[in-house]
Amino acid sequence: MTIKDIQNDIIEEFSMFDDWMQRYEYMIELGKSLPLINDQYKTDDNIIKGCQSKVWVHAEMKDDKVVFTADSDAIITKGIIAILIRVFSNQTPKDIIEAETAFIDEIGLKEHLSPTRANGLVSMIKQLKMYAIAYQTQVK
Amino acid sequence: MLDVATIRKDFPILSRKVNGKPLVYLDNAATSQTPQQVIDVIVDYYSIYNANIHRGVHTLSQEATDKYEEARHKIQAHFNAEKAHEIIFTSGTTHSINLVANGFASLIQKGDEVIVSALEHHSNIVPWQMLCEKTGATLKVIPMNEEGELVMSDYDNLLSNKTKLVFVNHISNALGTINPIEEIIKKAHHVGAAVLVDGAQACPHIKPDVQKLDVDFYVVSAHKMCGPTGVGMLYGKETWLNKLPPYQGGGEMIAEVTFEETTYADLPHKFEAGTPNICGGIAFGAAIDYMNSIGFDNIATYENELLDYATKKLLEIDGLRIYGNTKNKTSVISFNVGNIHPYDIGSIVDKLGIAVRTGHHCAQPIMDYYKIPGTVRASFAFYNTFKEVDTFVDAVKRAVQMLS
Repeated sequence: MTIKDIQNDIIEEFSMFDDWMQRYEYMIELGKSLPLINDQYKTDDNIIKGCQSKVWVHAEMKDDKVVFTADSDAIITKGIIAILIRVFSNQTPKDIIEAETAFIDEIGLKEHLSPTRANGLVSMIKQLKMYAIAYQTQVK
Repeated sequence: MLDVATIRKDFPILSRKVNGKPLVYLDNAATSQTPQQVIDVIVDYYSIYNANIHRGVHTLSQEATDKYEEARHKIQAHFNAEKAHEIIFTSGTTHSINLVANGFASLIQKGDEVIVSALEHHSNIVPWQMLCEKTGATLKVIPMNEEGELVMSDYDNLLSNKTKLVFVNHISNALGTINPIEEIIKKAHHVGAAVLVDGAQACPHIKPDVQKLDVDFYVVSAHKMCGPTGVGMLYGKETWLNKLPPYQGGGEMIAEVTFEETTYADLPHKFEAGTPNICGGIAFGAAIDYMNSIGFDNIATYENELLDYATKKLLEIDGLRIYGNTKNKTSVISFNVGNIHPYDIGSIVDKLGIAVRTGHHCAQPIMDYYKIPGTVRASFAFYNTFKEVDTFVDAVKRAVQMLS
């Protein structure tokens, strides 16, 4: 599936929720189901710097695709990461770099986009794209 | 007795909605809300007499200067400083601390010691670390105990004739602990050290008397006590302020300038370079008037009742732990529930219209002591109600239910 297809799926899933509570409950569920990052990658180097919850992200290349694993000590943050990983993991570096992120707005998680929310989506997306850029440079 | 229903009408923001719910504002330790009486002063300033101060001969400039200096006198009276020129307008607590720390760089030498408390906000740690780096002085720390109190017997052992400065907050922002500053000051003076007290968290709850405390420096921010952001005060004893070199160069702080030499203005202007936050200073004075019209005794009595009630209700929640359990504390409750991350609780109660702070509260050493990533902090003001406490406790219960 392309990134765009996955995003459309997520938008459709979220459109079934009536209110924020259901959205949050869903994210909490997603957070609980997120496959954990291998402990060896839960290092300070892999932390996305922020002042609220901790987020660890690990990336590796499998064939020509980037595979992300991640974890957080806060469950809602974990839910957000689960969504991002579903969108961005197992995609080529080029597709990740070029991907748009407007879907965040459409699923009602805009408040997490605020750059002052230290574990906001912004820094997470930036970090995922940075990995993609790094791998693309390697490929070239 | 406070008539809270009437008081709340003074605060326009308290009637707004957040996420479709009536706002419950419990982040007063971060910043307090602004009453109409202070907002009116801000509007009047820009509508009627906005002008630069201390230099113009024209009427507007004189009116603005009079109001600004009147505010300085209000602040002097409120904190009971002996002289008006011992009150320096700054941009806030952090600026005040940096001004003093910077000045002490020329008064402190290698081998000297400065003492900080374990309960400090980063603003009252980092400037002193920078001072120590610059001068080669050593930073010592008064430890805290499980209840969130300073261990005073250890303080006694830290003091020596090498101690030049002690800096401690009056009240901890993260836990609400009221520190025994009278004793800290007395003991520091005994070895000849100066004391700076960070009163940012105390000023909305307590009316400190700087002469009675015999404190050398006392610093506050206006926005913690119903004033605007970006303005605050440095109180310093005249003798100390005369000893400290100017902090920033510029207009206002000079007596005479030639390219060979500049002589500095007298206090307080020596430390007030450039055009100050004139409107903010005047509004700070209005905020002090407002707080005094409510009355600090009334505020303390009411806030203590709110604190007791909220503490009791919160502790009914299974697995909830409050950090900072000293008897001597203000209306701040820092807590966690089980292993739930404070950010998760904060995100959910925000959706229910409640503003609390989550995180380390810029006091990482305290969080390290308890080995936690942070807490949820609810901080109450005199305009909060018992009903709001109930709404908050219900919201926390709902969050815990969703997150468990």
